[in-house]
Amino acid sequence: MSMQLWVVQTLNGLQLGVMLFLMSAGLTLVFGIMNLINLAHGSLYMLGAYLAATFQALTGSFFIACLLAVPLVMGIGMLMEMSILRRLYDRDHLDQVLATFALILFFNELVRMTWGPQAYFMAIPESLSGTVEILPGIPYPAYRLTIVLAGSGVAVGLYLFIGRTRLGMIIRAGATHREMVGALGVNIKLLYTFVFGMGAAMAGFAGMMAGPILSVETGMGEPIMILAFVVIVIGGIGSVRGAFAAAVLVGVADTFGRILLPPALSSMAIYILMAGVLCFRPQGLFPAHG
Amino acid sequence: MTTPVLTLRGLCKDFGAIRATDQVNLDFFSGEIHALIGPNGAGKTTLINQIAGELKPDAGAIRFEGQDITFQPVHRRSALGIARTFQATNIFNGFTALDNVALAVQARDGHSFRFWKPARRVEPVRDAALTALGQVGLVHRADTRASRLSYGEQRLVGIAMALASSPRVLLLDEPMAGMGARASAEMVGLLRRLKDRMSLLLVEHDMDAVFSLADRISVLVYGRIIASGTPEEIRRSPAVREAYLGEEEITLENTATGLQVETHA
Amino acid sequence: MGKPADRRDRAGIHFTRIHLLYLAAGIGFFLIPLAADAFYTRLAGRILIYGLCALSLDLILGYGGMVSFGHAAFLGIGAYTVGILSNHGVESAWIAWPAAMACAGVTALVIGAVSLRTSGAYFIMITLAFSQMLYYFFAGLADYGGDDGMALWSRNSIGGPVDPGNPTQFYYLVLLLLAIVFYLCRRLVHSRFGMVIQGAGENERRMRAIGFPTYRYRLVCFMISGAVAGLSGALISNQTLYISPALMHWSRSGEILVMVILGGMGSLAGPVMGAAGLLLTEEVLSEYTEHWMIILGPLLILMVLFARGGIYGLLSPRRES
Repeated sequence: MSMQLWVVQTLNGLQLGVMLFLMSAGLTLVFGIMNLINLAHGSLYMLGAYLAATFQALTGSFFIACLLAVPLVMGIGMLMEMSILRRLYDRDHLDQVLATFALILFFNELVRMTWGPQAYFMAIPESLSGTVEILPGIPYPAYRLTIVLAGSGVAVGLYLFIGRTRLGMIIRAGATHREMVGALGVNIKLLYTFVFGMGAAMAGFAGMMAGPILSVETGMGEPIMILAFVVIVIGGIGSVRGAFAAAVLVGVADTFGRILLPPALSSMAIYILMAGVLCFRPQGLFPAHG
Repeated sequence: MTTPVLTLRGLCKDFGAIRATDQVNLDFFSGEIHALIGPNGAGKTTLINQIAGELKPDAGAIRFEGQDITFQPVHRRSALGIARTFQATNIFNGFTALDNVALAVQARDGHSFRFWKPARRVEPVRDAALTALGQVGLVHRADTRASRLSYGEQRLVGIAMALASSPRVLLLDEPMAGMGARASAEMVGLLRRLKDRMSLLLVEHDMDAVFSLADRISVLVYGRIIASGTPEEIRRSPAVREAYLGEEEITLENTATGLQVETHA
Repeated sequence: MGKPADRRDRAGIHFTRIHLLYLAAGIGFFLIPLAADAFYTRLAGRILIYGLCALSLDLILGYGGMVSFGHAAFLGIGAYTVGILSNHGVESAWIAWPAAMACAGVTALVIGAVSLRTSGAYFIMITLAFSQMLYYFFAGLADYGGDDGMALWSRNSIGGPVDPGNPTQFYYLVLLLLAIVFYLCRRLVHSRFGMVIQGAGENERRMRAIGFPTYRYRLVCFMISGAVAGLSGALISNQTLYISPALMHWSRSGEILVMVILGGMGSLAGPVMGAAGLLLTEEVLSEYTEHWMIILGPLLILMVLFARGGIYGLLSPRRES
């Protein structure tokens, strides 16, 4: 394999990994802190893409669309939390899975009614449509590079937020020792809504970034949501650090699996990876709960 | 003295920075009730969980009838003859009392890959379960759903389930907790009847019960055995008094029965 | 003294009422092809087949406490087994259907062996992930239609006077198979094996403490469940004469799960009623609007929030938790 292919594919793997991290960070925090399995996380990703595409068409600017879509998805997520999901924290996982499955049906249909059944196209912004020569003689699409950088930026921001701020410390404490948060005298309801909104914003951001390189269509968030589940199972449920490591691992493994393995096997590679990890570490690579 | 049925040697278990079990050496003999006391958080349940096999010790060895069982899984220890009851009532609410005990009998009877005959019509299992229920005096409640039994009765079902496997060692995690005076007294009588056939390890906060029942008492504080001996020796031990008075808000006074301990959580 | 097992106080009433219900349902399903036209017979057949699939899920979910979100995988494996065999000239149901059960059972054994090492949320996510893996696998199987799926030339043959190609005869065949599986599952859940599964479903830790190696019991149950789902897959491919990866799409797993909950888990009749409930609701709603899912979604949420017992729970007040 040539040097060029290696570099390009590694970047592609990182790009998928970054996307997966944006999805799984929210999922894993919501699970770690609120003990909620949220299947509808993929719907927020889908909404991010649709809203961004719409705003882009209206305003003609990708960046304004970004500024509008992400807070909007965050708001929708918080609304979802306050109206329905909040009632599910004390229920068993089965109820949560059913209710959030129903939410997916609802959102998919809502999107189909609003934007029609056919796929929606979203243009790569003019300024990012070219390529960048990352190494001499190795060009790489500027937009994809932007995804890697923006996603990594969010990851670093999240890391600093969780590691350095008081609110972040409360969240981290909540993910490992759920019952402790109450003892700290925090308004739990508000904290939960905030954490959920944060996860929603990251999912919406991921969907928006994916919009120009994938087709924007109903159900687009579901495959990546299932991949995000694989990520948090490998990383250890509740661990943001684990989610990051596993997201990059899965992203790179999937990308190289596709070029190195025969087609039938390549689609199974990451699931086999997951099975392998589970055999040796049933709690994932970075278990959050003691 | 005879050889112990169960021995713990140098047992250690850490939870992060906390040492929950610290170099514990204990011997348990058949025909004896060995009580384990200590303040809340001393590591009593942790110790029971290691003997039952739910937790793996970080160091040390557990031997049962001469055999090293330190790393045997829970179900195998149960099959060998180590039975336990749980602190919280922990029986199957959807089943009747008899079903609960029958399940325990079934576990003793080899594998249960039997798919055809209704379990409730397997007479030997039913009869053995009724016998075990009889030992705790609950035959009249055999067909009552476990969820409808009183708290004390649920605990008795738990003990009947343990008895169904004809254990050599029975681990009792606070069998009297939450029980009224009369039910407690009945439990004391039951445990006294049982001790001829097996070795009982009793974790209990009810000091009246402990001092009237136990042949031997060990005191666990911060994972460490600070004293072990007959009830009389423990009652007189300065180390025990110091530990109880020094470490927790506990009032300790000499009464007719011995220690009167109140814990303020 | 009367043997305790025979003393059913209130249970006696419940016993007969449920039996009457089975009888009524059986007669009802028996009469459908005689009373209704082909459309309704097809719909009823679909209900029976999905009922069978939901029943198999309830074995592990309602009785065994294993929340599997990947059951459609086994349905799909069963269907593909029939399709691939037919592609290679094997048309006999006597070979194809047991083969469908065997393939689905073995797949369940492998998936279960990994998934059952975990529990709770992990188990849900892992079963979901594995079913997605199989979905992609079959979607990539270009020799057998890939994404588009493949058509089945004709229904499997049985021989003798029975002709599954005849819709009415096929319907009765499905009804017969469901009745047989129903009876076998009834034996199973009340057998000693069934008691172990139920015990492990309620409190696995306790089961280990009384001496059961629960993993292997759960694994066998998972495999049996997968095999029965494989049979339902064989039947659905015969009913529709079309097999595609959509059969094992993750949302199908969700639908099967909804059927079990809607009907009431931990019962054998519940899942079949749930299948009827969901498929009929879909049918009725789609009469009014093509966007019926916008109504179904909120309905399901309301069901989860406020009516946990399901249809079976409404009919029999017995199951309290």
